Amino acid sequence: MNQRIAAFSRPAAVIITVRGRPVVAHPGESLAAALIAAGLWRFGETDSRSAVCMMGVCQQCLLRVDGRLVQACLTPVAAGQVVTPA
Amino acid sequence: MIHDIAVLGGGPAGMAAATEAASRGARTVLLEESPIPGGQVYRALPAGFAAPADADRRAGDALRAAVASSGADIRTGCRVWGLGGGPLVPQGAPPAPFTLSALGADGVPFTVTSRALVLCTGTHERIIPFAGWTLPGVIGLAAATILLKAQGVLPGRRVVVAGVGPLLYAVAAKVLAGGGQVVAVVDAATRGEWLRALPALAARPDLLARGAAWRAKLVAARVPVLPGAHVTAAEGDGALARVRVGERAFDADALCIGHGLVPATEATRTCRARHEHRPQDGGWVPVLDARQRTSVPMLYAAGDGAGIRGAAAAPATGRVAARAALEDLGIARVTGDDSARARRAGSAMARMMALRPALVAAIPPETAVCRCEGVTRAAIDAAAADGAATINQLKHFTRCGMGPCQGRMCGEAAGALLAAARGVPVSEVGFATGRIPLRPVPMAAILGDFDYADIPVPAAAPI
Repeated sequence: MNQRIAAFSRPAAVIITVRGRPVVAHPGESLAAALIAAGLWRFGETDSRSAVCMMGVCQQCLLRVDGRLVQACLTPVAAGQVVTPA
Repeated sequence: MIHDIAVLGGGPAGMAAATEAASRGARTVLLEESPIPGGQVYRALPAGFAAPADADRRAGDALRAAVASSGADIRTGCRVWGLGGGPLVPQGAPPAPFTLSALGADGVPFTVTSRALVLCTGTHERIIPFAGWTLPGVIGLAAATILLKAQGVLPGRRVVVAGVGPLLYAVAAKVLAGGGQVVAVVDAATRGEWLRALPALAARPDLLARGAAWRAKLVAARVPVLPGAHVTAAEGDGALARVRVGERAFDADALCIGHGLVPATEATRTCRARHEHRPQDGGWVPVLDARQRTSVPMLYAAGDGAGIRGAAAAPATGRVAARAALEDLGIARVTGDDSARARRAGSAMARMMALRPALVAAIPPETAVCRCEGVTRAAIDAAAADGAATINQLKHFTRCGMGPCQGRMCGEAAGALLAAARGVPVSEVGFATGRIPLRPVPMAAILGDFDYADIPVPAAAPI
């Protein structure tokens, strides 16, 4: 699934690992946007947390990137990131 | 070094305030959370991205160019969590310069000290809870705008857009333009409300024309628009599948919903500035004089954080605040206020986007109001019955508003529920006392390096 709008040009795609699976994303886009673009709306492990505000306020999109706790909406994608639930 | 003026928040108000302050000779620092200044409406694209420019991007680029060449010290990508000095000194001590503690983009903590502080903290979205609102696939209207305009991502393939205000039509038009399907637009405002807003909107023909173009796109795409209607439930097994509007149901994989905007007042509340409850300005707002001065000396507020007027009105209020600070510091005396016209169009939209008590009344008992802590409406009603009279007491009774978002998402609905249960105006239940940290920060990032042996142990008391 790819919900990216074609009128945007982006840096070449890279691969990140989300819960052990490869996901195609573009460097610089927010991790939350990359997950939504891939149809991966569920951010929590057992609960149904997901991105809500996209501007750093609601704290619902917390994830771990390479083990570090981050807000997915404020975190830019970089090649090779390993994303796990918070 | 002590700055003359610190500006917190690099949206349109903050960029304009910093530009005005720095170009008049004040040592100015601008602190912004995003990697590039702009705020939400004028948000810049990520580095390396390109998209056809629109009016918002051009307006944002002009403000960014002005502040970049103003001489202001611009610190982006930093998370400001601490706020001290000013009135926050030991009782009886004279006011001190303001201190702002932050984590830099590189993760290194730093502190900024300034004689005056201009708060341009903007706004966040109001979403009044409804059945199923915590399902993945339900996001804010402003969130959808960011996805569509700054990230180039559709929130879904089949999208319901719901709530109130001009963002409804902006988001619906962007989804269509991006190749998605808009299943329905559910507008809480009636046609009559839009007609009554028209005379004030005429002050900004550019915005009015843009709104008309959005509407025309929906008509051309035969999107059903339901005026005076509300989403009653979001349904799905683990993710959104269906949106109910009374008797009607729409299959959808995304619901973009927002019920207006709430001024971000955590910094003015933390500084113990006086606030008043003005629903037509978005709710609790700092009390300001005509030049954006708060009740705290040398503390100013501008843009939507000082009362919702929209991005178009924000730069003018930022300049007014900066000029007041320049004068109060004895640096420059600059008169002029060009904010009136933009404020008028903005206030018509803000009135339409004010909290709708009927939506609060319709929250089902078992629906979570505070999603961080899982506090339901029934729990809030029960606390009210048990004697919780204010928002601060409600926190003690239920933990409502004590999770990671610190009540930013639920505070207003909780206040309205508590007021309704008690039969008093919202102004009587008050607001949560402002506390640092303004944003969550890792303890490790602010404690620095020390060892257990470094903890000073006081000498034993004599027996």
